[in-house]
Amino acid sequence: MAPHKIVLRFTATTSDQPIIYHLVKDYDLVVNIVKAKINPHLEGTMVLDLDGERYEEGIQYLRDQGITVHPLTQEVVRNHDRCTSCGACTGHCPANAIYMERPSMEVQFNGDKCVVCLQCLKVCPVRAMEVRI
Amino acid sequence: MKPSNHPASPGQVLIPAEDFLLTDKRCVQWRNIQTSSVKKGFISCQGKEHEGRIKMGIERTYAEINARIKTGKAVVLTAEEVIGKVREQGLSKTAAEVDVVTTGTFGPMCSSGAFLNFGHSAPRIRMSKVWLNGVPAYTGIAAVDAYIGVTEIAEDDPTNSNYPGEFRYGGGHIIEDLVAGKPLKLEATSYGTDCYPRRDIETTITINDINEAILFNPRNAYQNYNCAVNLGDKTIYTYMGTLKPQLGNANYSTSGQLSPLMKDPNFSTIGIGTRIFLGGGTGYVVWNGTQHFPGWLKDGDGNIVGSAGGTLSVLGDLKQMKPQWLRGTSFQGYGVTLTVGLGIPIPILNEEILRYAALSDEELHAPVVDYSDGYPNRKPGNLGLVSYAQLKSGKITVQGKEVPTAPLSSYPKAREIAHTLKEWIQKGDFLLGEPVQLLPGPAAGLTGKVLENK
Ligand code: SF4
Ligand code: SF4
Repeated sequence: MAPHKIVLRFTATTSDQPIIYHLVKDYDLVVNIVKAKINPHLEGTMVLDLDGERYEEGIQYLRDQGITVHPLTQEVVRNHDRCTSCGACTGHCPANAIYMERPSMEVQFNGDKCVVCLQCLKVCPVRAMEVRI
Repeated sequence: MKPSNHPASPGQVLIPAEDFLLTDKRCVQWRNIQTSSVKKGFISCQGKEHEGRIKMGIERTYAEINARIKTGKAVVLTAEEVIGKVREQGLSKTAAEVDVVTTGTFGPMCSSGAFLNFGHSAPRIRMSKVWLNGVPAYTGIAAVDAYIGVTEIAEDDPTNSNYPGEFRYGGGHIIEDLVAGKPLKLEATSYGTDCYPRRDIETTITINDINEAILFNPRNAYQNYNCAVNLGDKTIYTYMGTLKPQLGNANYSTSGQLSPLMKDPNFSTIGIGTRIFLGGGTGYVVWNGTQHFPGWLKDGDGNIVGSAGGTLSVLGDLKQMKPQWLRGTSFQGYGVTLTVGLGIPIPILNEEILRYAALSDEELHAPVVDYSDGYPNRKPGNLGLVSYAQLKSGKITVQGKEVPTAPLSSYPKAREIAHTLKEWIQKGDFLLGEPVQLLPGPAAGLTGKVLENK
């Protein structure tokens, strides 16, 4: 079976736990961290490839820690026609996936770095960031 | 009489007659003039005192500039380009070359809206209440006229009941949809009169179906704006965007060195009748904006480090504007508005006007203001001044802490507006409007009144 791609979302209280260690050690899972962005004081997001016999138990363990777990079925894209390069989103992207290029002040989006935290969707004043399922 | 050509003695300057502009007429001859009296604005000529001033290098009139625009000879630079030009070759030479400097800004401007006239149905209705796509428009004016304000939202919008509210659709979006030519649902009700018997109507309109659509924005183009931060312990949702707690981020909202009113802080050229770029079409300055209190921004030592407080009332035919320059905008937890594209050409009538038009991001500053307590409770003071160069670098220091910055107004779009306006002028399509009256500048000393809770 192919590894599961999942998104974990942490809160300030759940982000400082050694979960990868426990997933590997206690549940015998193969873990590949695709992307991760966690600030110990704020929320965080991590995209994992997770594989192994005790996958379901591992997921349950994560949920028991208060971490939200979702399959990665969403992708965030930028609607170029709507984006005004205002920059309002750039202060909120935890992964630096949407960022200001200087000195041109053009806003650039690198989908590979995006951890699908959806912050930009809420912050963008002209709704230029969209979710694709 | 032949001009005297002996050198000026100490304390005197030799000024050619044509360079001393008398208030009533030109001085008729060369004179040795006391430096002190020139500074005071008068000269003594043949025993008579004349009021006047020294011509500061080049001087141009609107008529001269427009004549050059018509023949395709006008030299136009954007407010960004002119900075480099002045650094390279100095003020006098640049002033001698450049006729017009173009500015631009593309930011949320809440005091905006449009007057619409829908035309008359058969039988007629007065339209005492009007909704466009469910968003109410103001109708306390003549029959079938309405004003759709950009911050208006549907009566059933959940607003902040599910905090922070999304505010997905409102007046700003109506204006964007109208300009884009999209059909909108029009609903109107009335109480019925002998002359206007109909009591309700529900139909569909587009901008082409209605008589007039006039964008009329009573407070636009804010000269300068606060850089907003949050000193509190929780995230706040403001018209300056989402602000993270404990100085988590800083949002600012002007185009700095491209910003129209920062480039003519004395209001030497901007007034009633100034023709402007508005929403992708042509518009006009029709009055000062509401809360027009232009003044200087000063540092702790009293040095001028920018300007702030001026605003404009602008108007233009919505039918010739473009949706990409009038964008419906939502601020999470705050509300809806319209992001407006606006650009003003500044005629370089003299060197002094160029000096201000060439101010750079390093020389222009904004105050840092706390939106958790200071702003909402109208507490005076700020957390210091930061330059637009610092703001644009991506981080500033506030209370010793490094804070990431982000703009709410688009600098690349502001630049595009300044370039578009430059092209229009160069092509001879856009003549400068000479104001019939200038707006009050900082010298007028206007200040805001506060609302007392009596
Ligand atoms: S969803 Fe948006 S804010 Fe979150 S990581 Fe992707 S680009 Fe950044
Ligand atoms: S906030 Fe929206 S419009 Fe502004 S730069 Fe980001 S994606 Fe583009």
